[in-house]
Amino acid sequence: MANITKEEIRKPENLVYKKTDLLTDKALSYCPGCGHGTAHRIVMEVLEEMDIQDKTIGIAPVGCSVLAYDFMNIDMQQAAHGRAPALATAVKRLHPDKFVFTYQGDGDLAAIGTAETIHACNRGENIVIIFINNGIYGMTGGQMAPTTLPGMKSSTSPYGRDVQTMGNPLRITELIAQLPGTIFVTRQAVHTPAHVRKAKKAVRKAFENQKLNKGLSFVEIVSNCNSGWKMTPLKSNEWMVDNMFPYYPLGDIKVNE
Amino acid sequence: MTEEIIIAGFGGQGVLSMGKILAYSGVMENKEVSWMPSYGPEMRGGTANVIVIISDERISSPIVNYFDTAIILNQQSMDKFEKTVKPGGLLIYDPNGITRHPERKDINIYTIEAADEASKVGLSKVFNMVVLGGYLKLKPIVQPEYIHKGLEKSLPKRHHGLIPENEKAIAKGKEIIKEKYLLN
Amino acid sequence: MKELRLMKGNEAFAEAAIRAGADGYFGYPITPQSEVMEYLMAEKPHERTGMVVLQAESEVAAINMVYGGASCGKRVLTSSSSPGISLKQEGISYIAGAELPCVILNVVRGGPGLGTIQPSQSDYFQSTKGGGHGDYKLLVLAPSSVQEMADFAGLGFELAFKYRNPVLILSDGAIGQMMEKVELDEQKPRWTEEEIIKNTPWATTGKTKNRERNIITSLDLDSGKQELHNISLQAKYREMEKNETRYEAISCEDAEYLIVAYGTSARLSQKAVDLLRAEGYKVGLLRPITLFPFPTAIIAKLADQVKGILTVEMSAGQMIEDVRLAVGCRVKVEHFGRMGGIIPSPTEVVDATHKKIIGG
Repeated sequence: MANITKEEIRKPENLVYKKTDLLTDKALSYCPGCGHGTAHRIVMEVLEEMDIQDKTIGIAPVGCSVLAYDFMNIDMQQAAHGRAPALATAVKRLHPDKFVFTYQGDGDLAAIGTAETIHACNRGENIVIIFINNGIYGMTGGQMAPTTLPGMKSSTSPYGRDVQTMGNPLRITELIAQLPGTIFVTRQAVHTPAHVRKAKKAVRKAFENQKLNKGLSFVEIVSNCNSGWKMTPLKSNEWMVDNMFPYYPLGDIKVNE
Repeated sequence: MTEEIIIAGFGGQGVLSMGKILAYSGVMENKEVSWMPSYGPEMRGGTANVIVIISDERISSPIVNYFDTAIILNQQSMDKFEKTVKPGGLLIYDPNGITRHPERKDINIYTIEAADEASKVGLSKVFNMVVLGGYLKLKPIVQPEYIHKGLEKSLPKRHHGLIPENEKAIAKGKEIIKEKYLLN
Repeated sequence: MKELRLMKGNEAFAEAAIRAGADGYFGYPITPQSEVMEYLMAEKPHERTGMVVLQAESEVAAINMVYGGASCGKRVLTSSSSPGISLKQEGISYIAGAELPCVILNVVRGGPGLGTIQPSQSDYFQSTKGGGHGDYKLLVLAPSSVQEMADFAGLGFELAFKYRNPVLILSDGAIGQMMEKVELDEQKPRWTEEEIIKNTPWATTGKTKNRERNIITSLDLDSGKQELHNISLQAKYREMEKNETRYEAISCEDAEYLIVAYGTSARLSQKAVDLLRAEGYKVGLLRPITLFPFPTAIIAKLADQVKGILTVEMSAGQMIEDVRLAVGCRVKVEHFGRMGGIIPSPTEVVDATHKKIIGG
């Protein structure tokens, strides 16, 4: 290893991994260790593999991924907080031949945008919703989210989430799965290579469903927020496995063929 | 010519549609028209009224507070609109259900027993057209051929079979309208 | 060949929107404008032109559907009435910030709060001074007849795309609910995909190899860039003021007294002018057709000619502020209006003109 120079590493024959062209060259603004970057990558890789870059319109939310359009090299719209499914509904209705997806966090999708989320799902809009659940408001500085776990500390639940006064964490994905308009509802994670491969397969399936006009596919990705949780990246992933996964178990919740 | 009319009664008596047919007939005769209804909860079972204006000139305000003609089909409307008839104007009412009859001496007053007559001859559904017939006898502001066209335009196609019945009702109304009080 | 029909203002607007080549309508029921969506649903515009009509789960969702559709370069519209328009303000601010074209109809009812379902003009401030957050302007058209309800659907789209700016049609319950004769334009075809790409090169239609990606956003965290964006918005609004000010002057040539009124109030005032002229008073009516841009110059000019100005509004007096700004202190400007859903009668306007302006 020590004998290989930088120049040699960069030779095409030594290439083992290449960033998809559907991600721009702009450095990600996410905190080191955050799952957003990987989630971005797998969505963009799926679009590249399906060769639908020129037919895809993405909707960015408000939250950490508000600037998703800086990194995703496709046509994108930036929605008001929670409203991405409404934008996506119109885009898909007006452009049935295009691929349309939203990329939303838990505050955006499961708090302020609950109505838009549920109704787009209930109408069975033929779109894909990618839902990043890290149990906290990351961008605004770690406030309590609808998905924050019981007892979990945040800047607006500094003594831990008290479910008596602050309510229970919302399993919106299970709720969504009840609606006849959804065709594929799954919960994934991206903290290990194996999970990334599985999550990518799920994202691919979601876009294939859209191609076949099957209805709404909903992919939750349980992720970490090492900054908001005030942990090292490694520790946050361990904490996620130990605490988030029991409340938000991974796997397919609904698969209609 | 400008004719400003208020038609008022219970919701369900066909007040608004009578106004609409009259207005549409005006359109067919290439006159200027406006149709301004009362709307909202008060229409659901309560009173309904509509102001229809038919004119040879551009209509300035579709809302006016004094009328050339008031067509009144219930007591509440009588209480509200008798006083809004312009001096020398015309008031037509169906005495059915009226307990306090109009008292003004500066207007012409006619009665039309449309509800009774319509049910007698099996025309209850087009009771409002009986009333319209009575009005058109006194004020033929729109010619019969245009009334026919107005009916065609304002009724949905699937109801065009009912046009002869409507025209029969209009003819009936012309027969039965009676003077009650006339100015010299 | 134009088609002649007797229609409600709400229906005429809906029919005219189809004929203007609209691609999509997104709405939520509220009195007194529900006929817009009812008419569209009954007409099945999808079969006529391919136009999409969707009943949203809320006014909030509806305006954001408009945002999504407009981002694609489509001709999209929504309609509502006052409380619903309040809910839409967030979306309207985003649409203005992202510089997207769309048409929004407000069939105004009395407020504040749930208020009444009867006609009012108390949303003037909301319509012309912002409504939502941020320094933005809507281009505001004020129809005063069913014919204008129809005409402004097409004109609205034309101006919206000319300036990449939302156009608000500020109507009221009286104009929405009343029927008048209306001449309808012939059907215009909807833009094809090729035309959309040519006419709106900024739209998100799918990133092809031969162009950079298109991004629709109102966000720029760099304050320097955000200020430049605001400066360019303001320049656009000044352009609108220069090019798009519309009004109707009725009997103003020899007027010694002036009434300024828009929408339903202008119709009542026109009758009042007729009555006052019959009494021998030289009264004119200036009817703003655009409320932004406001016809400041003509009002300023008439202020030099008349002895007094009365604004007639179905509100506590909102437009009067713009009239006073135009007039300065050169001549007395007074307000007459009714609130809470009451439409003043022409004779009330006559009396107010005497009392407040002519000085009888």
